[in-house]
Amino acid sequence: MAQDHSTAFVRTQEIPPAPPPPGETGAVHWIKTNLISSVPNAIATAVGIYVVYWLLSGLIPWIVNGTWVTNNIRECREVLAGSGGGCFSVLTERYAQMLFGFEYPSEFYWRPSLAFALLFFAVPPALFPMYLPRWMLIATGLYPFVAFWLIWGGTILTPIGALAGVMVGYYAFTKLDKYGFAAALGGGVVGAWVVWQAFGMIAGGMPGFIALEAVESRNMGGFMLNMILGVVCVSLSIPLGIVLALGRQSSMPLIKIVCVVFIEFVRGVPLITLLFVANVVLAYFFPPDSNIDLILRVIIMITMFSAAYIAEVIRGGLAALPTGQYEAADSLGLNYAQAMRLIILPQALKISIPGIVNVAVGLFKDTTLVSVISMFDLVGMIRGPILSSTDWAGVYWETWAFACILFFVVCFGISKYSQWLEGQLRTDRH
Amino acid sequence: MTDTAVNTSQMQISDEVAISIQNMNKWYGTFHVLRDIDLTVQRGERIVICGPSGSGKSTLIRCINALEEHQQGSISVDGTLLSSDLKNIDKIRSEVGMCFQHFNLFPHLTILENCTLAPIWVRKTPKKEAEETAMYFLEKVKIPDQANKYPGQLSGGQQQRVAIARSLCMRPRIMLFDEPTSALDPEMIKEVLDTMIQLAEEGMTMLCVTHEMGFARQVANRVIFMDAGQIVEQNAPEPFFTNPQNERTQLFLSQILGH
Ligand SMILES: Nc1ncnc2c1ncn2[C@@H]1O[C@H](COP(=O)(O)OP(=O)(O)OP(=O)(O)O)[C@@H](O)[C@H]1O
Ligand SMILES: [Mg+2]
Repeated sequence: MAQDHSTAFVRTQEIPPAPPPPGETGAVHWIKTNLISSVPNAIATAVGIYVVYWLLSGLIPWIVNGTWVTNNIRECREVLAGSGGGCFSVLTERYAQMLFGFEYPSEFYWRPSLAFALLFFAVPPALFPMYLPRWMLIATGLYPFVAFWLIWGGTILTPIGALAGVMVGYYAFTKLDKYGFAAALGGGVVGAWVVWQAFGMIAGGMPGFIALEAVESRNMGGFMLNMILGVVCVSLSIPLGIVLALGRQSSMPLIKIVCVVFIEFVRGVPLITLLFVANVVLAYFFPPDSNIDLILRVIIMITMFSAAYIAEVIRGGLAALPTGQYEAADSLGLNYAQAMRLIILPQALKISIPGIVNVAVGLFKDTTLVSVISMFDLVGMIRGPILSSTDWAGVYWETWAFACILFFVVCFGISKYSQWLEGQLRTDRH
Repeated sequence: MTDTAVNTSQMQISDEVAISIQNMNKWYGTFHVLRDIDLTVQRGERIVICGPSGSGKSTLIRCINALEEHQQGSISVDGTLLSSDLKNIDKIRSEVGMCFQHFNLFPHLTILENCTLAPIWVRKTPKKEAEETAMYFLEKVKIPDQANKYPGQLSGGQQQRVAIARSLCMRPRIMLFDEPTSALDPEMIKEVLDTMIQLAEEGMTMLCVTHEMGFARQVANRVIFMDAGQIVEQNAPEPFFTNPQNERTQLFLSQILGH
């Protein structure tokens, strides 16, 4: 455009923005545009208000008039005397059972509690790597061993041996990497196995060496059991899912077939049947005297189950990447592992976040299914020892509401985190 | 391209062989894409490959860095024979840079990270040194100020120049270009071609699939015409454009130069 040099006046400062005309902002405006903008909208608003009123008019007296201090449901009924309040005494009296199960020794409640508290130090370095220094990942790496020791007890040699095995295996893996992936993996597994065997013997020889009192797996229960299963299975099934998804894409037919069959089989079977299998059948696959405990068998099943779903989610993410990304990585000379780790997976996983979170949340809630194979998780505790006791038979609303709240808090946290992460990873034009 | 630019086709080339392709054949399933390709490229040569769509141009240059596998004949790059041996493939890929029609930058990494990734992981260059090299080449393609942006925030022409810089960071001895300007808006084509001309002037060995005939005239010292998987004709640009021998070449040239 040609410049006009004859302009008489040029404003040198921007005019401050004028306020919008009255009636365009404020509460009245908001109500007008959002609640009663048309007759159907006004009706919908009225119905909505009525529903909320109806809910609150039941809920508030239930909570406000509730009692927290009686010893059993009969006392509750006397105290409440038809006031419509809840019998929350069941929570005051039985909360420890709901959280830890009824057989975990109460003098050791501090141990799983501490393990839970430590979770808040172990998880952030993995979840918020952009805000925390890398060395804090050490806390994440050590956590499984510390938590295991706290919850199960026994000599400290067991977790140390496990950790040493992992480290030796990893070291062997990195050293053998130049001889190819198979050699590295084999060397790593053998290295870890040797160390585990050695430590297994040492720990067997001196079970009292810096030991916490051992608690057996079958004494785990309550929400603690749901958390153990949830955290362990989610953290195992994501890497396993990645491996399965990559295997399904593999150009090696044997690996591909194994992965496809595994994924399709597991996806075609209800989790509950896998849990029954874990309960009775899986024991036959292990040596007779190995006595693999039930929690471990359940962990294996739930992990396999969700890994198959996560693999499918990740496969979708992989398929969404243009082949140009693979070609660019190849043409720069990156090898398969580097291309996957640096180029393909970061992008595929980013696309897969909502799907993975879906599976994780579903998995966490599905841990309650173990109540069906007579494990006393939160649901098992409420259904069994609590509701069938003579003291608290019939206190449904209060106990189940408590269970809902616990699960909701965790699941809501997970989904909020995933939304935040998606925002963080957005690098396209905005 | 300005009139004052040197005509690089007069530049000296050495008699050292950079790429030697002998009697190479390739099939996609039963479809015979490349037939009896024989091609020798001297170090410092700048070759433009043209031909109708589907004639196998992309396939040919993608065979050179083993993005596609050939079934018969031999390809050797800098004396290294391309076989299914992974060691050789990695060696050849680290010496041959490639630019794609759709840039193929890594969208989750910044421009700088795009450029330093391969030097750090493949060449094991220390990070600081890799970043210095990257900035050097980004300056060369005239976008050092975008180093910390993501590819999605750049224009097509800028992205393609980043892609060129990314390849150069590996210090390749040979560069392959597969229609580097055909996904670009006309006003961005020039900036990418200028970068390529600059590269040619520095004596880079280049194989370039393109339909930019102005570029071919100015830069190439040989133009190759492919049709139906065969090299039909090859010649220096002047005689190639003014006096094509084969009638398929004549037809092709009349089509693309006609309008
Ligand atoms: N992966 C593939 N599988 C089967 N056929 C293919 C594959 N890639 C390319 N082709 C076919 O091989 C032939 C040559 O393809 P190529 O991409 O090399 O052509 P081109 O000369 O680069 O064409 P264009 O100018 O359109 O890029 C085409 O007929 C194409 O359909
Ligand atoms: Mg092509």
